[in-house]
Amino acid sequence: MDPIIALTLFVLAVFLGVEVITKVPPTLHTPLMSGSNAVSGITLVGALVSAGTEYSTLTTVFAIAAVALATINVVGGFLVTNRMLAMFAPKQRRRASDESDTQS
Amino acid sequence: MSSDDFIGLGYLVAAALFILGLKGLSKPRTAVRGNQLGASAMLIAVLVTLTDNQIISYWQLALGVVIGATIGVVLAVRVEMTSMPQLVALFNGFGGLASVLVGAASFFEAVGRGTDDVQLNVAAAFTVAIGAVTFTGSIIAFAKLQEVWGGVVLPGARAFNIALVMASLVFASLMVANPDDRIWFWLLVASASVLGVTVTSPIGGADMPVVIALLNSLSGLAAAAAGFVLDNALLIVAGALVGASGLILTSIMTKAMNRSLVSVLFSDAPTAGDGLDAGDMYAGKVTSTSADEVAMLLDTASRVVIVPGYGLAVAQAQHAVRDLARALEEKGTEVVFGIHPVAGRMPGHMNVLLAEAEISYEALIEMDDVNTTFEQTDVAIVLGANDVVNPAAREAEGPIAGMPIIDVDRARVVIVIKRSLSPGFAGIANPLFAADNTMMLFGDGKAAVIEITKALEQV
Repeated sequence: MDPIIALTLFVLAVFLGVEVITKVPPTLHTPLMSGSNAVSGITLVGALVSAGTEYSTLTTVFAIAAVALATINVVGGFLVTNRMLAMFAPKQRRRASDESDTQS
Repeated sequence: MSSDDFIGLGYLVAAALFILGLKGLSKPRTAVRGNQLGASAMLIAVLVTLTDNQIISYWQLALGVVIGATIGVVLAVRVEMTSMPQLVALFNGFGGLASVLVGAASFFEAVGRGTDDVQLNVAAAFTVAIGAVTFTGSIIAFAKLQEVWGGVVLPGARAFNIALVMASLVFASLMVANPDDRIWFWLLVASASVLGVTVTSPIGGADMPVVIALLNSLSGLAAAAAGFVLDNALLIVAGALVGASGLILTSIMTKAMNRSLVSVLFSDAPTAGDGLDAGDMYAGKVTSTSADEVAMLLDTASRVVIVPGYGLAVAQAQHAVRDLARALEEKGTEVVFGIHPVAGRMPGHMNVLLAEAEISYEALIEMDDVNTTFEQTDVAIVLGANDVVNPAAREAEGPIAGMPIIDVDRARVVIVIKRSLSPGFAGIANPLFAADNTMMLFGDGKAAVIEITKALEQV
């Protein structure tokens, strides 16, 4: 990829991130952090390729460790976010079922 | 369609889903689905990556994923909500270290194959430097939050940190100029790792929300930098989104504490006791009260605001507070919670702690909104909070001057539940405790709230 294109992509994504995340209310800041943390585990994708090419023992060992660490981030991050958000949920679920009741 | 095109399109779908997922997190009603969208995006990204024909062997991928998934599940299922900041710090650290390792492996491979160029080497230097700072900084933050290690303040730390930044820049330049010489690479890793420790270790407990948010941002930036090394658009986009998210939270937190990021990182912490003598201020002016008296006040109140601080979580009083709120609501009293942005140990932490106790998120009111309602509030209850309700912040000068606070002193009556008159993190006396409309209920937060609830039922 052309480095300027890569840089453009990066800068535009930062702007997009600022726009989207400014709207998150303080109530959801902790789930936002743990959720975005899981997203930063995207390094996993790079680690998988590095680990699979088996270039040298050193790079393979590094990459396997990176796969494990990034997977902790991804799996743990999404799971714990889900756990937290479920605590905000009981009221919504009731409301959701009320809505479906009135529709049916 | 070539294999690369297939992977590229898969990444595009994943990137779009990440954005929709983060957007979903902006409302409690859509947040669960937002998180699930993010997780599906990650799954798609991983699955299309596995079709990459550079991958010649899969056993090591399975090994890494199984180990990582097991640890991730155990951590996520077992963590207490009060320990959420530590867990997020730990995850940030793992993300940072993963980026260092990926950056290192790709850099070594590219140099070995002779496919490296200046761009790749610069990106690799950024990746390992940011990743290493994130890793060691997060581990220190974890240790401090877990109270395993208190950290140290070394004299001359500021000059030392600046020297480390300079050294890292020099090592990075040498690494880019001489990619075959691995010594520069390792020196860069070492100097950045030390920098993470020396910047984080003097930072005090009250500043932790800022640090956690900043490390969150850095873990994203490290992933984005790794995307430049690997020429991977998805890493760049996802990493940039996380970097932006962490930056916004960092700026919200520093504003809420009236500090600049520089002053937090270089720890010119507010000095204790400036101009406010606790003895004089409190002498003869502090009114102490009892649970029965508080219950009588609450019985006639039509609107009550509860202002929780981290002390509430320390006392494990969330459920007791919920029972008190329910008891009041049954009497027809309006009860809301006024939440200061730095009430917990990370952004939004207090909201999670109260949500865990099944307090509706609709009853949790942000600082600015709750502050407009104190004129109509009969009783404000301050529980385990101190500096965030200190009217000294409204003075023109002083250690916390200008810090946004919750204006509980404007309520008709203020009840402060606290063990003693000891100061908060800022180390300064609180004129609120001596105010005419304030009554102090001394004791353990949880026990006091339970007593009030009991007394209320007997009124």
